[in-house]
Amino acid sequence: MLNSKIPPVPLAEQWHTYQETTRLISPANKRHLEIIVIGTGLAGASAAATLAEQGYQIKAFCFQDSPRRAHSIAAQGGINAAKNYQNDGDSIQRLFFDTIKGGDYRSREANVYRLATISSKIIDHCVAQGVPFAREYGGMLSNRSFGGTQVQRTFYAAGQTGQQLLLGAYQALERQIAMGNITMYPRHEMLEIVQIDGAARGIIARNLISGELERHAAHAVLLCSGGYSNVFYLSTNAMGSNVSATWKAHKQGALFANPCFTQIHPTCIPVAGEYQSKLTLMSESLRNDGRVWVPKTLGDQRPANSIPPAARDYFLERRYPAYGNLVPRDIASRAVKEICDAGYGVGNSQRAVYLDYADALQKHGREFLTNKYGNLFAMYTQITGEDPYEVPMRIYPAVHYTMGGLWVDYELMTTISGLYCLGEANFSDHGANRLGASALMQGLADGYFVIPATISNYLSKYIGSSSAITDHPAFAEAESIVADRLDRLIQIQGSQTVTSFHQRLGKIMWAHCGIVRDRHGLQAAIQELQALQAEFWQDVKIPGTVQSLNPELDNAQRVADFLELGELMCVDALQRQESCGCHFRSEFQTDQGEAQRQDAEYAHVAAWEYQQEHQWQCHPEALTFELAKFSQRSYK
Amino acid sequence: MIQLTLKIWRQSTAQAAGKFVTYPLTDLSPDMSFLEMIDHLNQRLILAGEEPVAFDHDCREGICGSCAMYINGRPHGADQGSTTCQLYLRSYKNGDTITIEPWRSNAFPVIKDLMVDRSAFDRIIQAGGYISVNTGNAVDGNSLPIAKAQSDEAFASAMCIGCGACVAACKNSSAMLFVAAKVSHLALLPQGQPERKQRAVKMVMQMDKEGFGSCSNTGSCAAVCPKEISLQTISQLNREYWHQ
Ligand code: SF4
Ligand code: FES
Repeated sequence: MLNSKIPPVPLAEQWHTYQETTRLISPANKRHLEIIVIGTGLAGASAAATLAEQGYQIKAFCFQDSPRRAHSIAAQGGINAAKNYQNDGDSIQRLFFDTIKGGDYRSREANVYRLATISSKIIDHCVAQGVPFAREYGGMLSNRSFGGTQVQRTFYAAGQTGQQLLLGAYQALERQIAMGNITMYPRHEMLEIVQIDGAARGIIARNLISGELERHAAHAVLLCSGGYSNVFYLSTNAMGSNVSATWKAHKQGALFANPCFTQIHPTCIPVAGEYQSKLTLMSESLRNDGRVWVPKTLGDQRPANSIPPAARDYFLERRYPAYGNLVPRDIASRAVKEICDAGYGVGNSQRAVYLDYADALQKHGREFLTNKYGNLFAMYTQITGEDPYEVPMRIYPAVHYTMGGLWVDYELMTTISGLYCLGEANFSDHGANRLGASALMQGLADGYFVIPATISNYLSKYIGSSSAITDHPAFAEAESIVADRLDRLIQIQGSQTVTSFHQRLGKIMWAHCGIVRDRHGLQAAIQELQALQAEFWQDVKIPGTVQSLNPELDNAQRVADFLELGELMCVDALQRQESCGCHFRSEFQTDQGEAQRQDAEYAHVAAWEYQQEHQWQCHPEALTFELAKFSQRSYK
Repeated sequence: MIQLTLKIWRQSTAQAAGKFVTYPLTDLSPDMSFLEMIDHLNQRLILAGEEPVAFDHDCREGICGSCAMYINGRPHGADQGSTTCQLYLRSYKNGDTITIEPWRSNAFPVIKDLMVDRSAFDRIIQAGGYISVNTGNAVDGNSLPIAKAQSDEAFASAMCIGCGACVAACKNSSAMLFVAAKVSHLALLPQGQPERKQRAVKMVMQMDKEGFGSCSNTGSCAAVCPKEISLQTISQLNREYWHQ
């Protein structure tokens, strides 16, 4: 059923061939074609700006007060590109292999190869825009290695790479607004897709200031709405990051692929109390010089510095002598969880382990640490009130990125005609685990280069057709569905706040669909989530009215979608009877406790079709590998 | 556990008259963030059938520029180089009273409570805060060497998060620091040269048109800027502007 539209030529020629043979549209005709873009992060802003430059008429939407605030802005680390500026043997093929292997053979070769191919052009374009990447004294661009790769291919701007790349895309977008090619709708949230004759032709959006519902029509709709880590309530995502745009599309027929693939980052600042609203990531470079440990004896309540070395368990060094504290993210996260589950955790919550710099301090001195980690240490001190030069940091894993998302074909089109999905919101490039510094690369590849090359193939059929169709009955129908839903929510007037439901959802997901999953836990979670959904629709309490600014109502409708998504994530995790990448099913591990893939049965993308409440059907897309060869990793 | 008294500006709509409302809070943890304290208050208000306090926020890690509270007479509170979302209650003493207001500036009209409209900043960027290069035109990134010191300086200006604290701190409501940060970032880079002169003029013109006041060099903007954008960017802007 699924046609991924991969050009039938060898991998290395596919993108080139595609571009040479796809249908084009003349500039005069482009001016009469309209495209809606939802979300203005790296994918959305770069797509909107580039398509506007090409001559299309764009309407862009974001829920924030300005497109510049999208959550891509918070990405710290960097952006990969196969430039081989360091002459260290990097190439398109090597970036391709690293991405496929990092994704544990659960991504589509064609998309990954294209991503690696495009990567270099992204850097060139960002430099031309004035993105102030880090440089060497000779004036050349600087690179660092990231996420355990053997080459230095990561470009960065201090710890604010995402900010600088997003501002580049934002400025390009603002330029097109000034030129009249983009109309920007900030503080707007898309609440429904409108389909006419089986194609996406518009949206219903809510003006978050006035509360009014608006109809917007176009010839195609691009969802660039980011990831769904906030299904866990606590994550490193921004407070407003949500799944609603893609979830609405899913319920209208767009397949949702690999929803259970979520990346968990080991070095985050632990939860301090019940009032915690979000978590903060600290760069994983911290593990280069810090040593991870917990007390050897259960119940050892002494302050960290009073526990002598002999009474400490450096458990990563003990379990993984070859890699020690530098084991990959998922392995570190799992080891930390296991040791805390066994009761050895530290701090008030007992859900944390120490990351200790005392040895590095003694060996290299304070200045060394300040140069390397000064910003991170300051951030830690600001949040926790503790000084990592004096006492060990406390860290715990947190959800950071979601590899799953709407299923898209090679052209980034979902299973709904004319509805595209870009960036973190789609599933396409990272398989079961994303490499460090690849999220920014994918968002910008999709927006600057892929969609501008693929969309004309579809839009050419609309040449000469108007988009003044908002009085079509499909718009009225979609609008009344949205209005009814909002009315229903506000009329419940129950006794529990939206946030309290969101917190309970997060706890269920974290316990059963987090770092480690198993059949019993997932089955129990599905039951609990169904009950929680029912309780939400009976007992949530939302203040204010529908016809006004109402952040609680906005949040309620997002949480309602998260509750359903959570169920699908558990269904997907239950169905995938293997461990791969970040998806660790405790039933499927090697003797050494490593993830065990089941390639014969599960080398596929699980694309889920919504059928009715609590019911989905899986449409597997088989993954075939032309270049990559299956291999099992080992970090002992 | 600590107790604090909050005096918060409540204003139901842009047109409505606003007033301070006092909320005593007990049982606060010193490890709570400032915004988590507002969340906590809001949960209480919702359960009591009252309207929660409206405020902008998103990343809660000091980078998106959404959060914007004028706390005890200073934008983003007393901590140097930090945003509202990066404040923690351990900076306050048990029993303190904290006054919380929105940014005050004609160019940033209040929408509700602590939420203001900062779209004027986007329009200033539209006036010229970019390099006009279409996707697909670029040459190799390393074909244009840029001295590290120069690139670092451009980066330091490019760190502005567009929060508007500089405007809120200024007695004239000037947006000079915000404009200067972008003009400096782009003027310091070779890629920014072709449009350099026009950019400064157009952005300053738009700033005036939006109703921001003029700069009288008191430096209160840089003193509160969470990203510590330097006052030197304003000198740079003046040079760019008067060089016409
Ligand atoms: S210059 Fe500083 S205070 Fe002004 S908007 Fe930028 S970051 Fe905020
Ligand atoms: S909420 Fe993003 S800077 Fe404060």
